[in-house]
Amino acid sequence: MATLTREETEALIQEVLEVYPEKAKKDRAKHLAVNDHEANAKKCVTSNRKSLPGVMTIRGCAYAGSKGVVWGPIKDMIHISHGPVGCGQYSRAGRRNYYVGVTGINAFGEMNFTSDFQERDIVFGGDKKLAKLIGEIEKLFPLNNGITIQSECPIGLIGDDIEAVSKKATAEFGKTVVPVRCEGFRGVSQSLGHHIANDAVRDWVIGNRDNKPFEQTAYDVAIIGDYNIGGDAWSSRILLEEMGLRVVAQWSGDGTLAEMENTPKVKLNLLHCYRSMNYISRHMEEKYGIPWVEYNFFGPTKVAESLRKIASFFDDSIKAKTEEVIAKYQPMMQAVIDKYKPRLQGKRVMLYVGGLRPRHVIGAYEDLGMEVVGTGYEFGHNDDYERTVKEMGNATLLYDDVTGFEFEEFVKKVKPDLIGSGIKEKYIFQKMGIPFRQMHSWDYSGPYHGYDGFAIFARDMDMTLNNPCWSTLTPPWKKPQAPALAAAA
Amino acid sequence: MANIMIRRGDNGALSFYLPKKDLEDDIVSLEFETPQRWGGELVLKDGSRWHFEPLEGEPRLPITVRARRLGGEDD
Repeated sequence: MATLTREETEALIQEVLEVYPEKAKKDRAKHLAVNDHEANAKKCVTSNRKSLPGVMTIRGCAYAGSKGVVWGPIKDMIHISHGPVGCGQYSRAGRRNYYVGVTGINAFGEMNFTSDFQERDIVFGGDKKLAKLIGEIEKLFPLNNGITIQSECPIGLIGDDIEAVSKKATAEFGKTVVPVRCEGFRGVSQSLGHHIANDAVRDWVIGNRDNKPFEQTAYDVAIIGDYNIGGDAWSSRILLEEMGLRVVAQWSGDGTLAEMENTPKVKLNLLHCYRSMNYISRHMEEKYGIPWVEYNFFGPTKVAESLRKIASFFDDSIKAKTEEVIAKYQPMMQAVIDKYKPRLQGKRVMLYVGGLRPRHVIGAYEDLGMEVVGTGYEFGHNDDYERTVKEMGNATLLYDDVTGFEFEEFVKKVKPDLIGSGIKEKYIFQKMGIPFRQMHSWDYSGPYHGYDGFAIFARDMDMTLNNPCWSTLTPPWKKPQAPALAAAA
Repeated sequence: MANIMIRRGDNGALSFYLPKKDLEDDIVSLEFETPQRWGGELVLKDGSRWHFEPLEGEPRLPITVRARRLGGEDD
């Protein structure tokens, strides 16, 4: 199908909105838009509003944002899911934040620690249980470097004083114990959880080593907002190191408490996921005067652009090395493009993810000759859409907090060749016969960041799109019968 | 009243940021921008006006200040 014109896209949005009751229609209309480079993002899409009751939203909660995204990947700390058992267990290790370490000895990323609330704890309060739990952790896992308490909904409802327990435990064990008030009912999506988690880092971690000695170089940087999904941070880190920079900290994929505490000593913060960690970057800029720069490591065009942008903060030796790095990888990337572009050229993609991907991966698809015809954020804010409008083509679809119904209808009409979204959408669209990539954790593949990641990205997209299974979706008895068979019957 | 953060944007202009609301915009004009006095009324690119107590001397940016929206529904 040819690309939709502006009028057709607008008509499509109106058509999809038709089924809603008047009030819901009015509200949802604000979240859907046709991209317009001239228009102000504020006017085009409303975002970060509460989802309507009754629609299928794909959003998570504040606990998911704090424990699952920001704090969870910090490998040498134990993150207690404080409350009933389910929240921690069902979100356990799902994001595949890779790390180096021995699980259960000095790293705890894939484990689930929970206070397993029962009725008794709701009635009488869970502080004593929490204190006991921290004591047990100290005994069983003495090599942990700190503990965070990730509150689930009941903690806020019953009014437990986890801050007091934390202070007591800190005094008793001499370790960092961080209470995080990320109860799931706070805010409209996981986005507030990111913010709360960032604020907890600011209040309990960032200043811990302010006057302690630290061997600095002029080339210290920190990777902020890379959760090492499938090894993303590693394939980013090697590029920065080849440029001659020293990566002091990874936030928070494969990161440690010590790295976070040392981050205020760096010269530049490199911010990948703007949505989840701009808060702490802004704080460090104000308190320590560390500038931050957003970068994008998806696809060779954007990687080269970002490497040069990062290098512009440093002296000529770094700039020269950056050009060497780009020159070194360019032929390899050209080989990848030569191999896959003919197979993927002209294919159209629709995205619906969270955080940074709805805009960041556009460049990588374009490098492969593919076109992103619709994109949207689960929990983006206005500043995300402002950044997205520039990246997307004119007259493409933008949808904020899209509902299950809207997304399906859009797909039926736009007929993309590939959809990138989450696990809850995956099987619906695969059953509709549309190739799908789970773009939250790279469909159990990855890394996709950096030059090495792009080769895997291109292979995965080809593997999905040109998979022979898509031609066998119609069962034999529904296929138009071959003449010979028809004669026999 | 809200805590806002003012920083120097990538384009060299002053940039205004209101956390939670995620309002981020360039500042078009600032009432006092001298080495002695810095602050007062500011106008954003989207037309909204804010006011904060002028500081004595130009601060190190970014800086968080308490500001009040003028002429808006918050008044």
